[in-house]
Amino acid sequence: MKIHEYQGKAILAEYGVAVPRGKACFSVDEAVAAAEAIGGEKWVVKAQIHAGGRGKGGGVKVADSLDEVREHATAILGMTLVTHQTGPEGKVVKRLLVEEAAPIQAELYLGLVVDRASQRVTVMASSEGGTEIETVAEQTPELIHKVSVDPKTGLTAAEAESLAGKIGIADDLLPAAGKLIQALYQAFWDKDASLAEINPLITTSDGRVIALDAKINFDESAMYRHPELKDLRDLDEEDADEIQADKFGLNYISLDGTIGCLVNGAGLAMATMDIIKLYGASPANFLDVGGGATTEQVTEAFKIMLKNSNLKAILVNIFGGIMRCDVVAEGLVNAAREVDLSVPLVVRLEGTNVERGRQILADSGISVINATTMADAAEKVAAAAAGA
Amino acid sequence: MSILINKDSRVVTQGITGKTGMFHTHHSIEYAYGKSCYVAGVTPKKGGQVVEGVPVYDSVAEARAATGCNVSVIYVPPPFAAAAIDEAVDAGIEVVICITEGIPVKDMILTRDRMRGSNTILVGPNCPGVITPEEIKIGIMPGYIHKKGRIGVVSRSGTLTYEVVDQLTKLGLGQSTCVGIGGDPVNGLKHLDVMKMFNDDPDTDGVVMCGEIGGTDEEVCAEWIADNMSKPVVGFIAGVTAPPGKRMGHAGAIISGGKGTADEKIAALEAAGVSVTRNPSDMGKLMLEAMQG
Repeated sequence: MKIHEYQGKAILAEYGVAVPRGKACFSVDEAVAAAEAIGGEKWVVKAQIHAGGRGKGGGVKVADSLDEVREHATAILGMTLVTHQTGPEGKVVKRLLVEEAAPIQAELYLGLVVDRASQRVTVMASSEGGTEIETVAEQTPELIHKVSVDPKTGLTAAEAESLAGKIGIADDLLPAAGKLIQALYQAFWDKDASLAEINPLITTSDGRVIALDAKINFDESAMYRHPELKDLRDLDEEDADEIQADKFGLNYISLDGTIGCLVNGAGLAMATMDIIKLYGASPANFLDVGGGATTEQVTEAFKIMLKNSNLKAILVNIFGGIMRCDVVAEGLVNAAREVDLSVPLVVRLEGTNVERGRQILADSGISVINATTMADAAEKVAAAAAGA
Repeated sequence: MSILINKDSRVVTQGITGKTGMFHTHHSIEYAYGKSCYVAGVTPKKGGQVVEGVPVYDSVAEARAATGCNVSVIYVPPPFAAAAIDEAVDAGIEVVICITEGIPVKDMILTRDRMRGSNTILVGPNCPGVITPEEIKIGIMPGYIHKKGRIGVVSRSGTLTYEVVDQLTKLGLGQSTCVGIGGDPVNGLKHLDVMKMFNDDPDTDGVVMCGEIGGTDEEVCAEWIADNMSKPVVGFIAGVTAPPGKRMGHAGAIISGGKGTADEKIAALEAAGVSVTRNPSDMGKLMLEAMQG
């Protein structure tokens, strides 16, 4: 699960990480009032969307007066912000963060991830803040320093301060920087985060170390033990079809092709997308119905796919193991009757009770193009889409 | 022979009184030597019952003392599954196969840390299990599609594994052992570990390896294959069309920071001499060619 910058900063502040004083705002008037309440002479108005690269896209502006706060807030709120992470369609900005501007001396990078190889949390730091860490990793990997954290002890003060020293933080700021990195680790660990990035982490001319940005993602599997994080979810930032699919236990991801796919199992679902591409068409979605594939689920999956105006055909690829093909076939028939299937439907069933499943489809009278192998299915669906 | 499990394995089902544990234990007992292989079940506070004909114990340690079980399979719900692995490890179980999907990553970090220095082998979590055809089935895979033979299968996915097994069986290529290592980012056996076991197994002549986007396990395995593997390997990597930054069903199947793409993995495997196909319908055919060639 992803959250907004201002929500991430609130969590970090609870753990003692220094962040600029600021307030989340939903209107221009609120933004001006927030700047006034914060005080000072310089503010930053920041678009709050779940994507990076906001500054380059015009979503982050510095204001030298309250009038400028109003001007920037008016410009940013409601704009469609396009960054390299939003895709070309961009994201509409519905929330702002208004903050005091900090006197930046140096921009640094701090990030935490779960490292699959060491099976531990890795803390990464770099002197190259403000740039994407992927770019730094590619061009100057020697500037990225890492600590692999022992889960029994957590990140120690010595490890944190040593890391801070390696990215050029001055000696007198090391204790403060070390504490900040430790606090970030603790927040990451306690809250079951899967990713945390502070980019940039800054040192200021008046001798402070501050998290100027905050990006935190959480482990979906651990959400059951974090009721406090539930309200931070912003459904506006998520794909409406993906939210709907989730309600029915469907693992669905929108893509930009024309072939809808309904598959059981994540690996087979990806392989099905790949083979569609191999046969010259392209997938409109990823959809894993999991181990059940009830009539209700299949119906809902069809409905979601059919909402897509680019859709030209649907491919159902089920390898029945514990889930029997005859049950799946009945679900398909019922679902096809319930929705108005306006595009060709190619079905490839294999596995347990496959003959009975195929018979049910044949007897149903619904228009189905039967396929045997995955290659056969992909070829047929590509042809059906081309003819549609 | 085979790897990890055979008809002499003695299995305890952890979470046997739950609906999933009961269902799959039932089907596993019905498969080949299952009746003599499955000797115990564990559910805390439910010791003394008999489920699917096997005695239930309160703890794995008790089950081991009473029955000598050396393999465990876990169907415990996600919030308690990592603790169930810990319990099996502490009881000295040799191979722990965890089917449960959705265990918090933090729990697995702690469990894997506890396992450092232990001799227990963990398969999974979030996997279909392991099967040595016509001997023993431990997990949720449909047994009947398998056939005894000399091809090893290792995969991060469930149904994609069934797909490849089905292709192999229909082409007359039986399997020595099929191992589902699971789709989670922090897990037990990796492609590399299973590949080494197949290489050392005198009854395995070739290996089909199904990988997917996310992480670098396939690349690490490819590097080892290049220098050490003495048997032909056929590979398929799922997710060539997967967009970056999106979790494709499996918690571990995500391209992050431009790393973990299918193309990188395919290139690494090809460089290591693996016959990689981009067509998942051709996995079996390619293995047959390798066996005949």
